[in-house]
Amino acid sequence: MAERPAYPAAHPAEVRVVSQRFGDPRAATLAGYLDTGGYQALGKALGLNGGEAMAPEAIIEEVKKSSLRGRGGAGFPTGLKWSFIPKGGDKPKYVLCNADESEPGTCKDRLILEHDPFAIIEGITIAGRAIGAQRGFIYIRGEYRYVLDIMQRALAEAYAAGYLGANIRGSGFSFDILAHTGAGAYECGEESALMESLEGKRGIPRLKPPFPALSGLYGCPTVINNVETLASVPPIILRGGDWFLNIGLPKNGGPRLFSLSGQVRNRGVYELPLGFPLRRLIEEIGGGVLGGGLKAVVPGGSSTPIFTAEEALGLNLDYDSVGKAGSFLGSGGVVVINDRTCMVRFALRVMQFYRHESCGWCVPCREGTNWLQLALTRFHRGDGRPEDVDLFTDVAQNILGRTLCPLGDAAAMPILSIVRKFRSEFEDHLHGRPCPFAAESSAVPVA
Amino acid sequence: MSVFSPATRDRFERLAASYPQPRSALVPMLLYAQDELGYLPPEAIAEIAALLGETELGVREVIGYYSMLRTAPAGRYHVQVCTNISCMLRGGEEILAHCQRRLGIHNRQTTPDGMFSIEEVECIGACAWAPALQVNYDFHQELDPAKVDEILEKYRRQG
Repeated sequence: MAERPAYPAAHPAEVRVVSQRFGDPRAATLAGYLDTGGYQALGKALGLNGGEAMAPEAIIEEVKKSSLRGRGGAGFPTGLKWSFIPKGGDKPKYVLCNADESEPGTCKDRLILEHDPFAIIEGITIAGRAIGAQRGFIYIRGEYRYVLDIMQRALAEAYAAGYLGANIRGSGFSFDILAHTGAGAYECGEESALMESLEGKRGIPRLKPPFPALSGLYGCPTVINNVETLASVPPIILRGGDWFLNIGLPKNGGPRLFSLSGQVRNRGVYELPLGFPLRRLIEEIGGGVLGGGLKAVVPGGSSTPIFTAEEALGLNLDYDSVGKAGSFLGSGGVVVINDRTCMVRFALRVMQFYRHESCGWCVPCREGTNWLQLALTRFHRGDGRPEDVDLFTDVAQNILGRTLCPLGDAAAMPILSIVRKFRSEFEDHLHGRPCPFAAESSAVPVA
Repeated sequence: MSVFSPATRDRFERLAASYPQPRSALVPMLLYAQDELGYLPPEAIAEIAALLGETELGVREVIGYYSMLRTAPAGRYHVQVCTNISCMLRGGEEILAHCQRRLGIHNRQTTPDGMFSIEEVECIGACAWAPALQVNYDFHQELDPAKVDEILEKYRRQG
């Protein structure tokens, strides 16, 4: 009796590349995938359709030209990442597809996995060809069981038709993919923690360097990319890096999926060209703020520094513009917050998450998130002390940059930005008004 | 004597052989074992450890890390309510409170008949369709209290 989100028709502002088959039932089977242009990119890469096969370097070059950047959070250029894999060597190489989507505010990889599983398989296979790997893994978060089932059916079909396994479609190239389930851990979305988890251990991050390109899964050269990143590869190979680049902006190639959630009328997942104005996403596509005026926007998942309404409405959604404005495009999880929401309560909920998810390996993160949650709980309750507000900043500053993996930064950055930009709300809590919005629930009910 | 069904035992053997290193199968095996048994009793942990040539302590160390794995039973229907930001902004905390009232149990408790348990969980990737919950692996989205009542009733009737 599970429910699947129905997929609506494209908004006119959308450019559907990764989402081209969303809502198309044909994409569920290999035959339907082939009917809708599937596997033409792998055909081109391997020379299956009479043409000459592309050299691995040429595949990487095309991806570089596209300016495709990681869609998971860090935004690293994908082609460059692939080019770090050493040529030759006697160790096996691996491609990992990071489907551990867990960043609060992000629900887009789930849709790709559900609606277009073969595109991901094709993208991973092309990546494998490009870096000289013979094996790939799809690490799917444990909560997405129906998605794991979809992927496993798709993989079985691809094997049966010779699109995976030994000597793919007579090309001489052999490649295997296994879908693997996690079991609940935000931290495993971090690349080195994911590798530990895939090796059957606790998902504790590794010290870097060495980076995965030299020493990743089982100590072997490994490329790890987000689901959406890998699903972007077939269209790039088929239609060319320039085509993809020109949809977006220089150094910010293509469209990307934005998960729009929170207090906004038309929530959903929208594929928009990079550089798209946030104001249009909220007002035109989102249909405006629900339950009040706009107070704040989280641009790229809960770990990215928050914007005030004024900052948000002047912002364009590409990696560089959001970076210049002091935050990150992150996972593309845009969370809209109305002016009846208590930002202290919001900060507390964010901190509750990071404390729960801190793996405990690095002391600043383990202790810092715990103390921040405790202090914010006391503060929000109305038992705050004047010095607390600076204490929040001080503790967060002492997490920032002092941990092995980015989870520490992810916990520190939102609290730092919320205290700085909404300090008056913290002061309100101190001055006899425990919560300025306590009288009415800030939450907007559905319907 | 295996604590698992023959099909699950077979599946585990195939799973261990499908990775470059058998230990990679550990986390999926633990989750599938839990799917079958409802939780991870000591016998299951011992059997999985033996199958992979690991120590029981090593396996327990891994279980302790992952939030979905449990060493004590939960309800037949494990109701996992998300209250993270996108859900909170759309009433996720009210949905959690409603589930608790309706089932008469607190977070991380099980009803006396063993039918339902409740857990407040972190983001489940349903942000655009918040508030949301999962009953075991099934997603239920765009909730309000009346819809929650219908959902719980359906599971109750299913038995």
